[in-house]
Formats: sequence, C-alpha cells, structure tokens
Amino acid sequence: MSVLPLNGHRRRGRVRAPRLVVVGNGMSGSRLVTEVRARDPEIRITVSAPGPRPPYNRVLLSNVVAGTSRPEQVWLLDPAWYERHDVTARLGVAVTAIDRETRTVIAADGTREPYDVLVLALGSEPVVPPIEGAGRAVAFRTLDDCERILAQARTARHAVVIGGGLLGVEAARGLAGRGLPVTLVHLAEHLMERQLDAEAGLVLGRTLGRLGVAVRTGATVTAIRADGPGHRVELAGGESIPADLVVLACGVRPVTGLARAAGLEVDRGIVVDDELRTDDPAIHAIGECCQHAGTVYGLVAPAWEQAAVVAGLITGTDPTARYTGSRTVTRLKAAGVELAAMGETRLTEDDAEVVRFSHHRDGTYRKLVIRDDRLVGAILLGDSPAIGTLTQLYDRGAPLPRDRAGLLFPGLAGADAAGPDRIPDSATVCRCNNVTAGRIRACWAAGARDVAAVVAATRAGTGCGSCRADVEGIVNGLRARDAHQRDQEREEVPA
Amino acid sequence: MKPPISTIGPMPMASPTPTGPVMTQTSPGTPTHCPYCALQCGMRLTAAGTGAGGRPVLTVTPRTDVPANGGGLCQKGWTAAELLTAPDRLTTPLLRERRDAPLRPAEWDEALDFAAARIRRIQAEHGADAVAVFGGGGLTNEKAYLLGKFARVALRTGQIDYNGRFCMSSAAAAANRAFGLDRGLPFPVTDVARADAILLVGGNLAETMPPFVRHLAAMRRAGGRLIVVDPRRTPTAAQADLHLQITPGTDLALALGLLHIAIAEDLIDTEYIERRTTGFAAVRASVSAWWPERAERVTGIPVARMRETVRTLAAARNAMILTARGAEQHAKGTDTATAFINLALALGLPGRPGSGYGCVTGQGNGQGGREHGQKADQLPGYRRLGDPAARAHVARVWGIDPDDLPGPGRSAYELLEALGTPQGPRAMLLFGSNPVVSAPRAGLVADRIAALDLLVVTDLVPSETAALADVVFPATQWAEETGTLTNLEGRVLLRRRAVPPPLGVRGDLAVISGLARRLGQDPAAFPEDPRAVFDELRRASAGGPADYSGITYERIEAEGGVFWPCPSEDHPGTPRPFLDRFATPDGRARFVPVDHRAPAEDIDERYPVYLTTGRVLAQYQSGAQTRRIAALNEAAPEAYVEIHPDLAERLGIAPGERVRVTSRRGTAEGVARISTAIRSDTVFMPFHWAGDARANLLTNPALDPTSRMPEFKVCAVRVERVPGAAA
Repeated sequence: MSVLPLNGHRRRGRVRAPRLVVVGNGMSGSRLVTEVRARDPEIRITVSAPGPRPPYNRVLLSNVVAGTSRPEQVWLLDPAWYERHDVTARLGVAVTAIDRETRTVIAADGTREPYDVLVLALGSEPVVPPIEGAGRAVAFRTLDDCERILAQARTARHAVVIGGGLLGVEAARGLAGRGLPVTLVHLAEHLMERQLDAEAGLVLGRTLGRLGVAVRTGATVTAIRADGPGHRVELAGGESIPADLVVLACGVRPVTGLARAAGLEVDRGIVVDDELRTDDPAIHAIGECCQHAGTVYGLVAPAWEQAAVVAGLITGTDPTARYTGSRTVTRLKAAGVELAAMGETRLTEDDAEVVRFSHHRDGTYRKLVIRDDRLVGAILLGDSPAIGTLTQLYDRGAPLPRDRAGLLFPGLAGADAAGPDRIPDSATVCRCNNVTAGRIRACWAAGARDVAAVVAATRAGTGCGSCRADVEGIVNGLRARDAHQRDQEREEVPA
Repeated sequence: MKPPISTIGPMPMASPTPTGPVMTQTSPGTPTHCPYCALQCGMRLTAAGTGAGGRPVLTVTPRTDVPANGGGLCQKGWTAAELLTAPDRLTTPLLRERRDAPLRPAEWDEALDFAAARIRRIQAEHGADAVAVFGGGGLTNEKAYLLGKFARVALRTGQIDYNGRFCMSSAAAAANRAFGLDRGLPFPVTDVARADAILLVGGNLAETMPPFVRHLAAMRRAGGRLIVVDPRRTPTAAQADLHLQITPGTDLALALGLLHIAIAEDLIDTEYIERRTTGFAAVRASVSAWWPERAERVTGIPVARMRETVRTLAAARNAMILTARGAEQHAKGTDTATAFINLALALGLPGRPGSGYGCVTGQGNGQGGREHGQKADQLPGYRRLGDPAARAHVARVWGIDPDDLPGPGRSAYELLEALGTPQGPRAMLLFGSNPVVSAPRAGLVADRIAALDLLVVTDLVPSETAALADVVFPATQWAEETGTLTNLEGRVLLRRRAVPPPLGVRGDLAVISGLARRLGQDPAAFPEDPRAVFDELRRASAGGPADYSGITYERIEAEGGVFWPCPSEDHPGTPRPFLDRFATPDGRARFVPVDHRAPAEDIDERYPVYLTTGRVLAQYQSGAQTRRIAALNEAAPEAYVEIHPDLAERLGIAPGERVRVTSRRGTAEGVARISTAIRSDTVFMPFHWAGDARANLLTNPALDPTSRMPEFKVCAVRVERVPGAAA
C-alpha cells in the first residue's frame, strides 16, 4: 500500500503532515472527522459539504417536527469546533469531481484540493415517487426540509404524510402532536413492513389512530393537485384527501453520482470492502452512500462503526480494524409510541421458534424470534421493561435462558411478597446487624414483649432503620398469635 | 415544599447488654467516632470490666448528637471494640534480616535502627526514589500529613501514593475540574433528607454505610423519590422508587443520554447555566450524539425509565445527584463523574441550598486523607505539588528550600507495579493499607512486593501484606489514640483516646518520628504528639483549597466538628461552599464535554461474563480488621459469587457449590449464591477475603488517564463449577 497508514509518513521523517479530504459533513462525515482528529492531532483535514450548516443529528429531526427539539439543539458540533481543532471546513462549496490521477477533488468554485486519502460520506437523498404534482410535497430528509414543514404546519389545517416507513410514521406522529390532523398514506398492506410483521403493523396503526393519525394502508397516491390555497391528495380508486401540507417519506437512495463519474465501482451504493475502501485504495466510502457485503445501511449506528474503522486505519492507530457488518436495531422516535424492531422479525413458527404476546387494546405486541437458542429478531411495541435486555441479547448473540416467558415479562419470576409473619426463621430481617426472624422470635419467647425490648436485645433496626416495619410486623404477629391462643384456651376451659 | 429537617430523629437504641440501660448524651465514657467508613458514626466507648490479658473491655453505644448517624450504628460499629482485643494483635515489632527467614520479635530501637539503616543503604545505592511510601485513606489527618512530609523531607522521595487512589480519585478529579474544589459532599449529609429526588449512581449505602439510609428514608417518608443506578438489585436499590439495572461499565453513556433528554425536553435551568457556569455550548453539542435510544442500546436501560429519571429530577424543588465507586472505579471514572456533574449543572443543582452533586466518600478518612499530601501530586491543604506558589508556601512551613521538594511520583497502581523492577523502588514503607488483597491484579502486586529489597509495614494486626514484610511495627488503633478525621461531608471530627494501647504498641506517628530521627531529621520537625502535628498541618494548609487553619481540637469538641474551608479561628467553617461562587478563577462551574467508551476489557467468547466487585455489610475493605471479629465473620464468613439463575442454569451451577472465576489475570474461588438480584450477563464478587478468595486476583488495572483509578468495577471473566467440590 503506497499511502497508508498515513502516520507512516511521519515515521519516515516526513516534512508535511498527510492530507485527508472528507466529502460530506453529515452524521458519517462529521463523525469521521472528529474520530480522526481525536486520534491524530497533526493530520491535515479538509471537510467539504454543499450546505453551509454545521453537522446536525438527523436522528433528532422527527423531534424537531414534533416540536420537542429546537433546530439549534440538534447540532453535532458547535461551529467553533473546526477552528479550535485545526480542521479546514469548506461548507457551502460542493465537490463536483474527483481527479484520481492527481489525487485532487474539484469544487464547484473551481478550487482543487489535493488529498492523500479521500473519504466519501455523501449520504443519501429522498426518493421522489413518479406522482403527478409531487413537487407540491415537501420531502422529509434535511433540517431545511424540517423548517419548511414547520413553516407550513403553523397555518395548515390538515396534513398528509405519504409513506408509512420509519420516517413517515415519525413525521406523522410529530405533526399530530402539534395538534394538526394527519392522514398517513401507505402503499403496502401494513405500516413499516420492512421492520414489522402484519400484526405489529396493525397494532401500531391503531396506536397512531389514538394519537390523532388516520392511517390508510394499501393506498396508492396517484396525484397531488392544487386545491385553492392548499392541495388535494388523490388516491387510486378515486378518493381524495384535502391537505395544505403534504410530506413525502418514500425512502432514500444512496448518493453515488460523484463516485460513478470518477469511475469507482458502484452498485446500489459505492462498493467497499472490509476496510471501507473502494476499488481505488486511496478512497474510502462510509455511511449511507456505501454498500458493504451487499448491504446498504440506512441507520446511524453502522455509519459510526464504519467511521471508527476508517479513522483507525488512516491514522494507523488501529491498522487491523475491519468492518464486518452491523446488527441493526430500529427504534421509533415518536412520543407515546414505544417501538423497537430488530433482526428477522417476520419469520413464523415454520422457520423459527417464536414467542409472542399481544394485547391490541393496550397497544402491546411483543414477538421474539429465536434460532439455536439465540435471539435473531424481535418486535417490542408498547412500553416494555425488557427492551434493554432484549436488545443486548440480540446485539451479542448471547444464549437465552430456558424461561422464554421471563424474557417478555421480567420480574415475573422474582415476585415474592411474604407478609412479616411468613418470613422464615432463617431469613435476615435486619441486615445492618445480621438479625434473623428466628432471633426475633426467640427473643419474644425469652420474654421480650414489645418492639423496644426486641430492639434492645438484638440491635435490629439500629442501623439504617429500614427493617423497623418488619420487626414490628413480626412482633405484632407474635402478639396476635399469643392472644389468639389465650382466647382458644379460655374457650376450651368450660368444656 | 417540605419543612427543613435538621437532623434525623433518634431511634430507640440498643443497650450494650440485653438488660442494660439506654445510654443518653450525658452518659459517661469517651465520645468518639467509628473506626470504619466515611460516615464516621458517632459512638461512645465505656469501660466494662477487664478482659483477656488484663486489657480493658469497652462497650459501644451510638451517639444521637452526631447528625451523620443520629443514633444508628451498623453491626461493624456495634462490634468495633472487639478489635482492640483481637487475639493476634501485634504487640511487638517483628523483623527478619533475610527474606527467607521467619519474622522474629524485636525491640523497637532494634527494628527502627534496622529499617533506617536499610533505607539509607538503598537510597545511597539507588537514589532517593528507590524508597517508596504507600499510605491509606483510613489514616488520621495528622498521620497523612506527617507521612507526606516524611516522604518529601526525610526520604526526599517523590514515590508516595496511597490506597485512596483506588477510592476517590475519579470523583475528586472531576470535581476539581468542574468546581475547582473537591469536597465529597459540598453540603451537610442532613440535606439529603430535605431533597425531593435523589439519583444515586453506583452506591450501595444500605451495606456500605447503613445509617446513611436513615437520611434517604427520611427523604422518602416526606415524599421524595430515590433512583438508584446499579447492575445489581442491592439492598439499596431494593429500597428505591426506581432502579436502573445498568450494564456494567456504561454509566457514562447513561449520563449522556439523561442530559440529552433534559435538553431535548427543555428541562434544563437556562438562567442558572447562564449565570453560574461556562462551557455549556460544547457539552450540548456533544450530547446531541447520545439520543436516548442509543443510550438504551448501550446501557440496557429502557428509554422510558431514562425519561422518568430526568423528569423526576427536573420536577423536584431540591434534587441531588450522588456518585459512588460503582460509577467511579473505571478507566473512565473521571469522565463518568464529569458527565453526572454536567447533568447536575444543566439542571441547576450545585451551589443551591438543599440540592447539589456529591460523591459519597468511602474510607474513614477518605476525604481528609486526600487533602494533606500522601497523594503523589499533592501538598497539604489540597495544594498541587506542581504549583510553584504551593511549593514555596509548604517549603516555608517545613523550613526547607522549595527546590528540595521532589516532584510528582507514580500513582498507586503504577507504583505497586514498579516495585522491585530495574526502574522502580527497591523499598516500600506501608501504612494503613493491605494491597495484597485490595489492589487490582493482586497476584502481580504480590509478586512485585516480593521482589522488593525491603518492605516495612505498620499495622494493628498481621495483615496479608504485613506477612510479607521485613520489618513490622505494631500500631495503635482508633480507640487508643487521638486524631482528626474529615468525614464524607468535609466536616473535621476528633477521635479521642479511650484506652491506653497494649504494652509494646506505638502510634504510626511514633514510627514516622522514630524513622525520621534516625534519618537525620530534627525530632521537633516530626513530633509524635497528634496535636502538635495538627497545629503544623493548620499552618501548612493555610490559604490552600482545603484550609484547616481556623480549626482546633477545642473547636471540634465544642461545635461537633468544623466544615473546611475554615481560614481563621473566628470563621464559622463552610457547610455549603458553593452557594455564592465556585472555587474556579471566575467563580463559575465548568461544563466539560466527555464521551462514552466501552470498558477497557469487554466480554467475548473466551470470557463471556462481566465481573463486578464490591462490598458486603459485615466486612470492611481488605477485611484485615473485620475478619478478626467473630460476629462479623458469622454474618459474612467467606467469599461468594453472585450469579443469576439463568446463567447458573446454563453453567450447571447449584446454590452453595464452589465456583471458579477466571479472568486474563488470574483465578479466584467462591461459593455460588444464586440470585435474581444480578443481571444475567454479570457476576458479582465481594473483595474482602484473602488467598484464593481474592476478587482482586481478577480485576483489571487499566487506569483512568486523569485520575489513575483502576477499573475495579468491570472486567471479563469465565465462570465454572470447581470439579469435584461440594458445598
């Protein structure tokens, strides 16, 4: 390898630090830049992006639409970061070409930026379906999109969201949370069909319905037409829904034009190997624009794992780092709807061991898909105390306990609430002074007749004091038992 | 709003014997404090006849006039006096001229002469730094101070550190960074009862300092809510309104997620942030990357529980965030404590009466012990050894040239790891510590100690480390000597002598003084009298962050303790130091951006289970004291391994069976305790036992880059049944 790792230059007594150019400053690109800078204070870094904004957290955009986050709360880096960390930020200057011969990127303003290593973090762009009047709708992808949506939502009386995938559901829930009536129109037969099975999609639809989102599945939008000051969304079959805000959330596709034009191998995304390297060894690609082992990921976690691998490689701090794919967990961010979906959720009993619990009225649906004693998929809809544990079992591929019900209902097995008089003699009542129930009972048998006397003799309750109720309970139980015995003896006397 | 509660009401007290009278404040006897943890419960010692060898027997009764315990004591406190008559108590110096010879009794002069001569020879051959000093967080302020002075003036070595590095160092570093001052609780412990919500991170107070729970219980009785973060449902977590059963080693991610929620839900105190802090913008941007669903995946804590936590804290009129060793004993402990401080600052808690951030100090003098110079980088009064003004001040008090003060030396684990190596110390003087049991990677530490040319140990009992020594000095213990300690609140307290020591036993100060004299020092510069040492400590600390100059034994007696800083005798002391300003140059608290990282050693196929370590109620630290008390041994007789039933089932382990736990560093054994109180991916071992039962044979000495704290609280292990062994 002629250029990597970069700090090889330094060991050979280089005079100039190597040059890293990053194209794209979204969640992947900005992560890479911070990871590289944290590992190597000297490498020269230039980051370019077409938009002037500092990087922001796309995961939180649905919060912005919902009004639970303000736009300034989603910045990933504060704008002063670049200067403080000696990173050249060319934000607002789009890169238009890569000259691989001279290892130079060319920007829209004609400037040329030489690189030793180039990382493409171009992200993805929204899919605009071929619907007549699609231009009347607002995509839901960027912070600018969010601001457009919010501006229209302020005066709108009805919104339509087209697309019932993860983002569409979040957008619809967010708008409904602002008090705006929303109709969510989805082509497939159930919501989030990539992550959910049919029943989960149904339960999710009902939950959304209660939160003010009318759900229309199996519905094809044929046109968005102007209708007075607003629009009209027409469906196949002739029905139409009036809307003065139409949001498009019909999926995304990787941005690959720059790579394709430079002659890099592109399939659905820019093809990379386990080092996230394209077929040009000086060029890496990470995030939603790349395709690794046939998979294009649309989530942040894999992109950040990729950024860490590339940062380790190009700084030489982890030359054996490799990316081997990610387990993905989809977590819906919508107020009042807890939903996690991971792995192979749509398998049935024919293909795997399935554990399921559903309670539609409560908005609860839990499904575990198990193979070889490992969790390979799960859907958790509705508040679930097990969500953290199950996510970790899935992430680690750890063996599952035999008690499958306990996985869905943690704490069920551990519930034991014995009354004070049922506490066994061997049980410790006062931990601070190691006093068992048996010793308290023995103390009673030896003549102590109230709590103070028991405390004086055993020191129970003299530490943290939290066992006082138990001590009193045991003493009161003994007193009641003795009284009962006396009563019985009295009754027995006349006989 | 709840009415202020100044103290916790007294509990009915146990009498020393089942039929004895209940003690009152006017009772005879010596009022003093417990020898164990940082709560420093008030107790009274009364003579009750004569025991074996003609030694006076003392009985213990709790004091109601000490707010920290308000009349409560745990079993360790009640039985504390039994250690005074421990059957194997050291009562004569011990000595061996050769490493392969057994220790033999020796006269004091002989032993001191021998040790001093060996020290002189080693330093002559290998330089001043060839002799190291290792102290302890249980030593009084006077001892900690004189030990630091002894190292720098008499030995002129930079190689001094202490076991408090393993306790408080992460929280101390974080507090210094944020507030400019490290006082564990910057408020009286009784403020706890006035809070409306408390987040306790990695603390098991119901076992480690049981009477503290009275304050928590009083808070809950008045409607306050307790939230506990712990991988185990400990007796403390079991009393909580909300228990966050976190994945070991991920507290930092939790703190970042909580702050993210606080910002996203607009629950932060922007007016406070504006007025009293700096650096929020960078922290706000840094937690943008920790949306709650991401934190959930790392920590295992459901998002809904995180939101409940933040909302509870934000809705409280008074709220506190407390951290303890569970959060701090990590290779990222400083950043974890910082992240919780950031959360507290964002919610506007520190420096507000009734609210705040605090670290729950562990060892008896864990607070005072970290202030007066037994730490590698530190001079008395919490001054920094690297600060020229601090060096000049202390050198003046000590009557030496500032240039003769050595620079900072190695931190505790690095010091232990270097012993007997070509670059490391050849001799070590050890006071109030038992690192063969309590240090991480204890097997290696024992090997390093064995490689020394000279080990000098001062202790009450033949501890596991003392057994390896060339010279052992028998030391007085708490009821046989007088001295000050600074409790978890920063309140300076006085322990008083109640009985004379056994014949042949002398104080640590006498050992230091005797060695100093033999090393050519003026005896007046190394007095044996604790009051004389304290008066010098007052002068040395004057003007420093931990200023004791206005504190006298008389004031402590009259006022029931004095809170530092106390810069003059007419100064009332400082119960709540941050009310008006923080101890930073601009008076504002500093937000510091930090990021999460994985444990230094994560689980994998070979070591698939997390190990976390901790304490049980009836034992204390390395067990050198408590394992010698019958009632405590009966309550907690042996090491155990707490295992979830799911894990036990998979491993074929039944309750009571002997199990073997193996990490990359060693193997330890204990009895299986099957319990749903622990996560199914984690086992727990208490660390109080010696030999094969040492949990610290397993622990990971990966160090925090700032505090040099080892990663006691998480490492990767394999667990298996010991073949052929039955319960």
